[in-house]
Amino acid sequence: MDIQTLTFIIVGLTFALYIGIAIWSRAGSTNDFYVASGGVNPIANGMATAADWMSAASFISMAGIVAFAGYDGSVYLMGWTGGYVLLAMCLAPYLRKFGKFTVPDFIGDRYYSQTARTIAVICAILICFTYIAGQMRGVGVVFSRFLEVDIATGVIIGAIIVFFYTVLGGMKGITYTQVAQYIVLMFAYIVPAVFLSLMMTGHVLPQTGFGATIADGVPGSGQFLLERLDGLSTELGFAEYTEGVRSKVDVFFITAALMVGTAGLPHVIVRFFTVPKVRDARRSAFWALTFISVVYLTAPTIASFAKVNIFNTINGPDLQGVEYDNAPSWIKNWEKTGLITWEDNNNDGKMFYSGDERNEMTIDRDIMVLANPEIGELPAWVVALVAAGGVAAALSTSAGLLLVISTSVSHDLLKRNLAPNITDKQELFYARVAAATAIVISVYFGIYPPGFVAQVVAFAFGLAAASFFPAIIMGVFHKRMNSTGAIAGMVVGILFTFSYIVYFKFVAPELNTQENWLFGISPEGIGTLGMIINFVVAVVVHKFTGDAPEEIQELVESIRYPKGSGEAKSH
Amino acid sequence: MAFESESHAKAYWKENLSLMLKLLIVWFVVSYGFGIILVDVLNEITFFGFKLGFWFAQQGSILTFIVLIFIYVRGMAALDNKYNVHED
Repeated sequence: MDIQTLTFIIVGLTFALYIGIAIWSRAGSTNDFYVASGGVNPIANGMATAADWMSAASFISMAGIVAFAGYDGSVYLMGWTGGYVLLAMCLAPYLRKFGKFTVPDFIGDRYYSQTARTIAVICAILICFTYIAGQMRGVGVVFSRFLEVDIATGVIIGAIIVFFYTVLGGMKGITYTQVAQYIVLMFAYIVPAVFLSLMMTGHVLPQTGFGATIADGVPGSGQFLLERLDGLSTELGFAEYTEGVRSKVDVFFITAALMVGTAGLPHVIVRFFTVPKVRDARRSAFWALTFISVVYLTAPTIASFAKVNIFNTINGPDLQGVEYDNAPSWIKNWEKTGLITWEDNNNDGKMFYSGDERNEMTIDRDIMVLANPEIGELPAWVVALVAAGGVAAALSTSAGLLLVISTSVSHDLLKRNLAPNITDKQELFYARVAAATAIVISVYFGIYPPGFVAQVVAFAFGLAAASFFPAIIMGVFHKRMNSTGAIAGMVVGILFTFSYIVYFKFVAPELNTQENWLFGISPEGIGTLGMIINFVVAVVVHKFTGDAPEEIQELVESIRYPKGSGEAKSH
Repeated sequence: MAFESESHAKAYWKENLSLMLKLLIVWFVVSYGFGIILVDVLNEITFFGFKLGFWFAQQGSILTFIVLIFIYVRGMAALDNKYNVHED
């Protein structure tokens, strides 16, 4: 059976599984979903959180970025896991005790202000839009490869499937569907890594194979894998793999933006409202990170295996280049998507991949994970399994985000703020309009991406870091913080971060280099500075505007210990 | 008031913050310290084929994060019991 048929079968089977579970557990409304999952144990909730959290950015894009950026790619590895420490210790237990569903609800009540709530809703919408724009590119990469169409068509087909998946009742990301998605995703990630590790180093565990010596029969045998990778990289005009080129300041700021952003992402925080107890909120954070780490500890290994394999298959073992006519099938397959191109600059009929003027290849980083099993010549079912994992990752997160966008617009923004008199029917209508608008915008950015999937997603984290994180932290740890301070902080923080990103990515992309950046901080890392500005503005404004009212301070005191937590309520 | 006294409430919060701060210091040192600021120094040391700084940035910090949350969950459960503010 060829790869394409197998892919259809395996992707189809996993879809049938998700739909089957959805029908079996049958959660009707959003409220049902939250209340129902109130009885979910922390391990299942941890898995579901992991699936919700690991999107196309984690699954498809991250290892590719690490493969191409080497040490610099560590920002994603540390950033997207370290945030759980903040979440577990500074946010989750307190928000659970507070007992509301959404971040705007917390901000609105804690800062006793409708304006604060509205601003929080707008921030949430902006963050989710940015996030989903990144997802759609990932969905597109998967579909374009397996339907053998160009990337634009792949994005459109993927978007249509995501839209129906979300609009279909009962597909709202029920906990058990997400548990299934996590399992599919994890297998799809680990299996090829184990194969590659065995092939290249003889180690079953990729996590240790990554630091081992290269096996017999593979070019460079006897050498440490990472040493070989450093050697090849330098020889071919790239930076040393384990060193990286980004400035320390930038690496620091990007890592911080991703960590803090993780702790401020509305759709992640929501998961901790749904466990029965405060204690379970802490435990869920532990389990979520443990399950996420299964993938995240494997990602750097996949990255380095992939990079060595690319050098070997394109440049050949002797680094003289491989004849295009003898090019491995993965190159031919991916050329159809337009995500790999070869230009024979020196007319020798051979491909050559390097970091200098000898280079003849353009390779999109986002194809790495999906192409990896083909590059390693793994069995066809592994290739198909990876595709199913990619689809699971992209769908679970996109569907969740679309849901947040549509309810934020129709319910939080319109019904509870701007137009309280609309009927339920109108509310539903606006929810669909919002979801459709989000899809259209994300298709546009999927076809004309302002960066690789993980980079676009990084902007969403920066926005979350600059807006929600300080407001929530001060909401818990600074009980006298008042509404004026928090509102001023959020507004200044998000406007600053948003303008900086838009300026360097859209207004003046030609200036997007280190010399022009503020303090050498790239748009990916600017959210950290936005967060600091948010804190400073809030504290200064608070100084001049007096303390929060007594009853609010008592409310804050009461969320600081677990006893007496009830079920989460929607309003 | 769930606490026996005002002083218990204060003490609970103080112990909570102190546990949190200790763990966050480790969090900072391992990721930002070993993985970023001191990475070049640690890269001089290699063990099993890994440069140490690079390993902390790509795997070591993640493993540490898991341990930190584990300690926090245990520590807070003990603290809740000590001050009798745990859930039923």
